[in-house]
Amino acid sequence: MSPLEGQVRIPSGCAVSAMISKDGRRMNGESIIESMIPMHDRSNGLGGGFAAYGIYPEYRDFYALHIFFNNRACQSECMTLLKEYFEIVQDEHIKVRKMPQITDEPIIRRVFVSPMQSVLRHLQIDDKELVVRIVNRINSQLDGSYVFSCGKNMGAFKAVGFPEDVGRYYRLEEYDAYCWTAHGRYPTNTPGWWGGAHPFCMLDYSIVHNGEISSYDANRRFIEMYGYKCTLQTDTEVITYIADYLLRRQGLNLEEMAAVIAAPFWSTIEGESEEKKKKLTYLRTVFPSLLVTGPFSIILGFEGGLMALNDRLKLRSMVVGEQDDMVYIASEEAAIRVMAPDIKHIWAPAGGEPVIVKVKEGAF
Amino acid sequence: MNFYPEFEVVRNDSRCIRCRVCERQCANEVHWFDADGKVMLSDESKCVNCQRCVTLCPTRALKIVKSDCRLRENANYSDQTIKEIYRQAETGGVLLSSMGNPNPLPVYWDKILINASQVTNPPIDPLREPMETRVFLGKKPDHITRNPDGSLDTTLSPQLSLSMPVMFSAMSYGSISYNAHASLARAATELGICYNTGEGGLHEDFYKYGKNTIVQVASGRFGVHKDYLEAGAAIEIKMGQGAKPGIGGHLPGTKAVGDVAKTRMIPEGSDAISPAPHHDIYSIEDLRQLVYSLKEATEYRLPVIVKVAAVHNIAAIASGIARSGADIIAIDGFRGGTGAAPTRIRDNVGIPIELALAAVDQRLRDEGIRNNVSIICGGSVRSAADVVKAIALGADACYIATAACLAMGCHLCRSCHTGKCNWGIATQRPDLVKRLNPDIGSQRLVNLMTAWRHEIKELMGGMGINSIESLRGNRLMLRGVGLTEKELQILGISHAGE
Repeated sequence: MSPLEGQVRIPSGCAVSAMISKDGRRMNGESIIESMIPMHDRSNGLGGGFAAYGIYPEYRDFYALHIFFNNRACQSECMTLLKEYFEIVQDEHIKVRKMPQITDEPIIRRVFVSPMQSVLRHLQIDDKELVVRIVNRINSQLDGSYVFSCGKNMGAFKAVGFPEDVGRYYRLEEYDAYCWTAHGRYPTNTPGWWGGAHPFCMLDYSIVHNGEISSYDANRRFIEMYGYKCTLQTDTEVITYIADYLLRRQGLNLEEMAAVIAAPFWSTIEGESEEKKKKLTYLRTVFPSLLVTGPFSIILGFEGGLMALNDRLKLRSMVVGEQDDMVYIASEEAAIRVMAPDIKHIWAPAGGEPVIVKVKEGAF
Repeated sequence: MNFYPEFEVVRNDSRCIRCRVCERQCANEVHWFDADGKVMLSDESKCVNCQRCVTLCPTRALKIVKSDCRLRENANYSDQTIKEIYRQAETGGVLLSSMGNPNPLPVYWDKILINASQVTNPPIDPLREPMETRVFLGKKPDHITRNPDGSLDTTLSPQLSLSMPVMFSAMSYGSISYNAHASLARAATELGICYNTGEGGLHEDFYKYGKNTIVQVASGRFGVHKDYLEAGAAIEIKMGQGAKPGIGGHLPGTKAVGDVAKTRMIPEGSDAISPAPHHDIYSIEDLRQLVYSLKEATEYRLPVIVKVAAVHNIAAIASGIARSGADIIAIDGFRGGTGAAPTRIRDNVGIPIELALAAVDQRLRDEGIRNNVSIICGGSVRSAADVVKAIALGADACYIATAACLAMGCHLCRSCHTGKCNWGIATQRPDLVKRLNPDIGSQRLVNLMTAWRHEIKELMGGMGINSIESLRGNRLMLRGVGLTEKELQILGISHAGE
């Protein structure tokens, strides 16, 4: 049997796309699916996926776990574990549309959970930390169970297949989100495991990523010191953990995080104002192992916004478009033109320059 | 017992012009001129094969070759083994050697290969794109802190800033010459890196290079005083040395002359013998006290390095040091050089730096304390490729000393302990010292490091990495060849083809 994702490192190229309404208007998944079609050749049918924010307003206080199970036994083992730490609020099938393009599907469940207060007090951690720990434990220790999304009021949908087929399969036109991100994968070899498709999520952070980072093992070995387990050996996974570590655990803001993972060159820092120079030097000195090199364009989704970022040499294409309350981001301009045919304002952000879009406070 | 000499001086008489440069240049007094016969003669028994005469002979009339007159061959009792027994039977003494272990033990650097990008990831061209080699050594905070206004509090523990991850390792003034120290200090300053005083103190002329100087505190405390500690960019506590783990340094009285004695603060002509342990450090908690004493003495302005020899239990030792308040750990492998060490210790004690480095880096990560300290790797780092491999295994920077000596002219004859270095490096004889011109010595060191920096950038660029930080600990960039499962496991790398 060929090794599963995680037992072997698989480089891959990709397509990414995203749309977000700054007014917090919720839109169904039709448009984001369409945007992936002109970029069809950037994927090879071995992985596609979407993340959607604002889709579970009636369950917004609960963590929405999206889980793949290989079989019923895995499912009951995993649910037993979950019940030790969480109240199960709702446990249901994720509805799918049967189609010839998507086969070999696992059991796909959506479980809304709420951490037990007694457990939190006992472990002396907050609810987010509990979710992270339990999800890490399931994904690294429970064979045949894989939590691929665990945020509040958001969710990831992914499968082996072309992204446009994956979108239809998951009936994304039935979900309304204020922010959508999408990913089509071009792995160089893969056992075709659903968990290996993107986006990769941790709490409400989701990452879609295009590129192959050269700093992978330096990043992985650093982040694994802090309790993360890189079970998939993918760039996307490690970047997600870096985002979680820097934003949630270290309390950096998005600009500061960008200055760590796509740090400006020392020669650029030299030319900055005294205050900025101090700050940038500090960040590079404190987090050298979280600098990400090699080509990447990533879109980091989070509750109430997203951030797009290129590697500091801009070795991957990424364009941004803006029209009214909407911001669009994609690997190629063609994808944006599908989502917004009349768009006027399109630009390519510089390498290492973060594009941060936030939804109006209270609108999500 | 007399033997046929180890080397033969082969002189092509038809080329020799009797200029007698070989005679003047040889501190071992191998060559002399026979006025009666008008020929150059030689006493080969004194030759150490330092190649000084060969290099300076204007007509290339000389070569030194290995003598083929050997004892009867024996795979168990080699020529050298037998002769060492004879020497000890004669003298009753401990055998002395210099420079690093020359025996054919495994060199893991040579069994590790480096990756490059193809197709899925672009290589980066260092001639066209920025390629960064700057590193900061020192403790990194676990958590950021913010000022009341929300801005980042950018105060940090003291860091050692280096333009590239290579430094000149400790060689004391005394074991090497004034001119050698001058060359190292000036080169380090020009390069934006550091050199290391070793345990002999700091000559007053070199205080001006303090920003690029690491001052060492060893068990003998030679030359240690307040101004000395405050003069440098970092303080290194020398607990051990790769060439001689478990024993202290020894400077023969013949080398403790003039300024050397003054700088060490010892009487002229007296042997400077460092104790094997620091007598105030019999355990890890004592080390912590010395670390903090030195920090107190320098008002917490300077990072403290603890240098240890790579020994069997190095991972646990390093873990202890990382919790002792030290900012940086320097690990010195068993092939590291020395100006003088007992042969048996040099050749049999300690472990290879590659394995020690990999084990330490992994252990500190397993314990979640890798950020507490930076790691310097030394003990036979011979080229830019070794540097790249060391960084990818997990080092923050490398120490080089033998390579630096070679740049200054050393021909690795391994006779430093005699004090008669014909290249002006490991000697205190004024006539020999002046052979090393610090203008040229420092320039050659700068050239060597500049060349290495270019090579490091080329290798990094090939891997698609444009900053040294992304190489550090990036073991996926390495593959082993011809290594056992166990060796691969310790190195934390896969085999080529995997």
